[in-house]
Amino acid sequence: MDFTYTILIPLIPLAVFLILGIGSLKIKENVAGIVGVAGLLTSTILSYYTAFQYFFNVGKVNGIYQTFVEQTRWMNFTDTLHIDMGVLIDPISVMMLVVVSTISLMVHLYSRGYMHGDQGFTRFFAYLSLFSFSMYGLVLATNLFQIYIFWELVGVSSFLLIGYYYTKPSAVAASKKAFIVTRFADFGFLMGILMIGYYTGTFDFMTLNNPTALQDLTSPIMQNAGITFMGFSVITTALVLIFAGGAGKSAMFPLHIWLPDAMEGPTPVSALIHAATMVVAGVYLVARLFPMFYFVEGGIALEVVAYVGGFSSLIAALIALTQHDIKRVLAFSTMSQIGYMMMALGISGYGDVDGLGFTASMFHLFTHAMFKALLFLGAGSVIHAVHSNVLQDMGGLRKYMPITNITFLIAALAIAGVPPFAGFFSKDEILAAAYESNQLLFWVEWVVAGLTAFYMFRLYFGIFWGKDTIYKHTPHESPLSMTLPLMFLAVVSAIAGFVPFSQFISPDLVGYTTHIHMNIAAMSVGVGVLGIAIAWIMYKKETNIADKISSAFGFLYQWTFRKFYIDELYLFITREIIFKRIAQPFAWFDKKVVDGTMNLIGNSTVDASKKIKGLQSGKVQDYAFAFISGVVIIVMVFIYFMN
Amino acid sequence: MDFSSLLLMRHEFILTALLLLMIVAEIVVSEQNKKNLVNFGVLLFAIHTAIGLLPLADGVLFGGMFKTTVLTHFFKSVLNIGVLILLLQSADWLRDKVVSQQKATEFFMLIFSSLLGLYFMISAGDFLMFYIGLELSTLPVAALAAYESLKQKSSESGIKLILSAALASGTSLFGITMMYATSGSLFFDMMTITASNLTILGFLMFFAGLAFKISLAPFHFWTADVYEGAPISVASYLSVISKGAAAFVLMILLFTLFRPLESIWVNLMYGVALLTMFIGNLFAIRQQNLKRFLAFSSIAQAGFILLGLLSVDQLGATTVIYFIMIYVFSNLGAFGVVQAISNQTGKENIDDYDGLYRTNPKLSLVMLLALFSLAGIPPVAGFFGKIFLFTAAASQGYYLLVFIGVVNVTIALYYYLLVVRAMFLRKSENAIPYFKSKWMMKLGLTITVLGILIIGMYSPLYEYIFEISNLIFKS
Repeated sequence: MDFTYTILIPLIPLAVFLILGIGSLKIKENVAGIVGVAGLLTSTILSYYTAFQYFFNVGKVNGIYQTFVEQTRWMNFTDTLHIDMGVLIDPISVMMLVVVSTISLMVHLYSRGYMHGDQGFTRFFAYLSLFSFSMYGLVLATNLFQIYIFWELVGVSSFLLIGYYYTKPSAVAASKKAFIVTRFADFGFLMGILMIGYYTGTFDFMTLNNPTALQDLTSPIMQNAGITFMGFSVITTALVLIFAGGAGKSAMFPLHIWLPDAMEGPTPVSALIHAATMVVAGVYLVARLFPMFYFVEGGIALEVVAYVGGFSSLIAALIALTQHDIKRVLAFSTMSQIGYMMMALGISGYGDVDGLGFTASMFHLFTHAMFKALLFLGAGSVIHAVHSNVLQDMGGLRKYMPITNITFLIAALAIAGVPPFAGFFSKDEILAAAYESNQLLFWVEWVVAGLTAFYMFRLYFGIFWGKDTIYKHTPHESPLSMTLPLMFLAVVSAIAGFVPFSQFISPDLVGYTTHIHMNIAAMSVGVGVLGIAIAWIMYKKETNIADKISSAFGFLYQWTFRKFYIDELYLFITREIIFKRIAQPFAWFDKKVVDGTMNLIGNSTVDASKKIKGLQSGKVQDYAFAFISGVVIIVMVFIYFMN
Repeated sequence: MDFSSLLLMRHEFILTALLLLMIVAEIVVSEQNKKNLVNFGVLLFAIHTAIGLLPLADGVLFGGMFKTTVLTHFFKSVLNIGVLILLLQSADWLRDKVVSQQKATEFFMLIFSSLLGLYFMISAGDFLMFYIGLELSTLPVAALAAYESLKQKSSESGIKLILSAALASGTSLFGITMMYATSGSLFFDMMTITASNLTILGFLMFFAGLAFKISLAPFHFWTADVYEGAPISVASYLSVISKGAAAFVLMILLFTLFRPLESIWVNLMYGVALLTMFIGNLFAIRQQNLKRFLAFSSIAQAGFILLGLLSVDQLGATTVIYFIMIYVFSNLGAFGVVQAISNQTGKENIDDYDGLYRTNPKLSLVMLLALFSLAGIPPVAGFFGKIFLFTAAASQGYYLLVFIGVVNVTIALYYYLLVVRAMFLRKSENAIPYFKSKWMMKLGLTITVLGILIIGMYSPLYEYIFEISNLIFKS
């Protein structure tokens, strides 16, 4: 089977981007919307077709899913190392194609209604297309270098989308923060790529992930893995660095600080980028290199993944309890759920049923994408109606917005892990996998499951039940262009759990059968229902229980409400230390000494003699002095100290 | 007698002829037609650039003083294209702004002389030729810096440059004499460099002179002042053409002549790279004047070049040349936009660019691409240039330095984004109004954009450089 046509999947959005981007001032809103949606619809159809062909027709040969690679040699970098460009088709990339296509298409449709009348409508659709292009490219990459290029492109396009409301200073600040923080994390990724490239001589996923070579200590990859670097083998170090890059994009602790602020972007953007696609890129990256993570040095790097994921999911769930901005609650919830996925990857084994963690992680990625996008779009619908992000301004909306209410409820039930909604199945698999391999993480995630149910229903009751708020303008249900995607996603969230994921996706590509783990399911549903019940008592009617509790735990409440002061810590380091102690003295020197002299020269037109004096003495001597000192210093260093 | 071997100096001969032609034209052409001399000069240089692209045989002249190889030939063409872009971008300024007070031909003559100096420097086979080239390339630029002699800052800039340059080349010359004393020859091929103290002393002093030209810390102090005072075209020439050529020559000398001192200069490059990246970046953060801003950012860029020098092999050489090439296009793009706007409005501050995208979308897009390329954001060429340099340094195990390099890329990203933010994300009541650039400026900017977009994507170019940079290690 020739999958070369899949190259069109990213190329079509790219073409749309170029058309809309170049003609952004001339193309009308209607045309832009239609072109954007049509382009993405084509990509979506192609993705679904690919998925169908791959999973049901040609993918499986002798019970094993094959990997199809179509690529061309792009550059001979050195005599031994080369860089390819192409597409890679295997179970996880096909699954990601489906996720990205579905969510992106829904967001495109939804945005036509949500962004209606916005003066930058065309520009917005151009950015959306650019993002889709980058995300498809990332998913289909055949090697580390290619994935890095698209990785950065995804960063650039999300920078543009978050900063879309550029008249809002907070949006601009948030977009910069997101870009810089993720770039910072990308250091790790880049370093890891360079190390792997140099020690193994290849960037190619197929070569790197070959399980036979990874288990054979004499293979080129494993021979180099023996070289140590800071106590670990270079490959382990490289993998941890790559994971750092993934943690940045996926908002894992401590690199998560950009995610809540990124909520300044338009809500459809949050649904697309911060729920379903870009933020899971880190999970995808680890999954992509899973055989390496698992086999090299007994999976030390994988343990890092597990604990970072587990810790992040806990801390994010705690913070989500206290936030008032509904989008921020969803942002922290996303971080928490991604922590789940990372943790599941981290504790996964390799062959047969041992690969349950891997499968569960991908499964949860899939279901989470659906219901979290639904939650964001639902939140967008609410914000659209009441013109506020804050929970206190809402309440009793079920009467005005029935469709949003029902769809939001389905999503909330799904994320809380209530059967038979999608989240129940994937969460159950994750917990089952954790129970088998790491009891500590299992209990952590069990608690998180309860917390999730609680804050989700705090949100739900707060928005749709609770107090009867008097609204200035009576809220009304959103137009069909917005509710249609909601309904579609609600259906998917309700039934996606029945997909037998383990048949399709497993680390060793063979596939196996799983069943519901009854005892674990009982525990997780129990804690979920408990969370919902508490939320019911506290928030369904207007009561003061919540206030009492928060004041009783005043110190702890403040602590979590301020997001454990992590932002403040970063601010302290950058503002107080880097800017004040390092950059400011430099700036001072430049301003006073360099500029000062220049100003002196430039401004004092009255006193000509002074000018000449400033010109002839002042700087140049200093420069000469610096020059000679430089020479003397390097001579001293290199002749007397180092020779 | 057979003079055909002199054809090996084709670049140099044609450029000298152009220089003389400009002088003759200046005398012959009547006062009313003087304005056309600008077009004439640009046209001549375009022809020279085109001829320069024709293949040229390898060879040696004057008993080894002058050498030409595929590599030097290639690099001269890169410089030619750079200067051509620069002339296209400066044409409007020369024609409309300065021709009334001064002679435009002067500008061409001085640029041509300086470029001639760079040619000799690149092709030098011994230190004598090298030194002549070095001087010939610097002195005319000092005159150029003071070109707008009615402006105080311009004269000041000229004086600062010439004084600093005199000091630097003096130091360099002193270093050369010491190396001559220990090795008994000035010819690169015959000098035997050994790690004796006197030779190292000579090498270090020689390096200081070259570092001055590349504006590596701590020899960079002149840069910001000179750039700010000098006309934009001259600042652009200094930061792109002259710096690029000097970095190329530094690489060739380190990889061949000074190879025996490798253990010493590798540490030197390590330290200087660190210092240069940090100083350039930390100073650039707070700049408001775009010329100063680009001055410091170009200091930081020079620091990155040194990363490639740490890998003394084909890979290192390739990545350095590749990066310089991309740098030429990216920086010329940025300077070109600054030039276009300054011509029209005289504004040179970052704040003045607020809301530029709304009024002048095309110019802001060019600026965006150029800055993205300088910052190293995919898929523009600068991304590949930087990542390949890092790869070269990493291949020798300098992970710490690469890490610091990437930290610096992020710092740099911050201040490049400041300009992007001003243009795209800020609104301004008195944004620079829409204006149309003349066709020469447009052409100049178009070439830079094409360069920025294509060099990164078109892999045969990289592979070609990879192949020819093997020559460095053959002899």
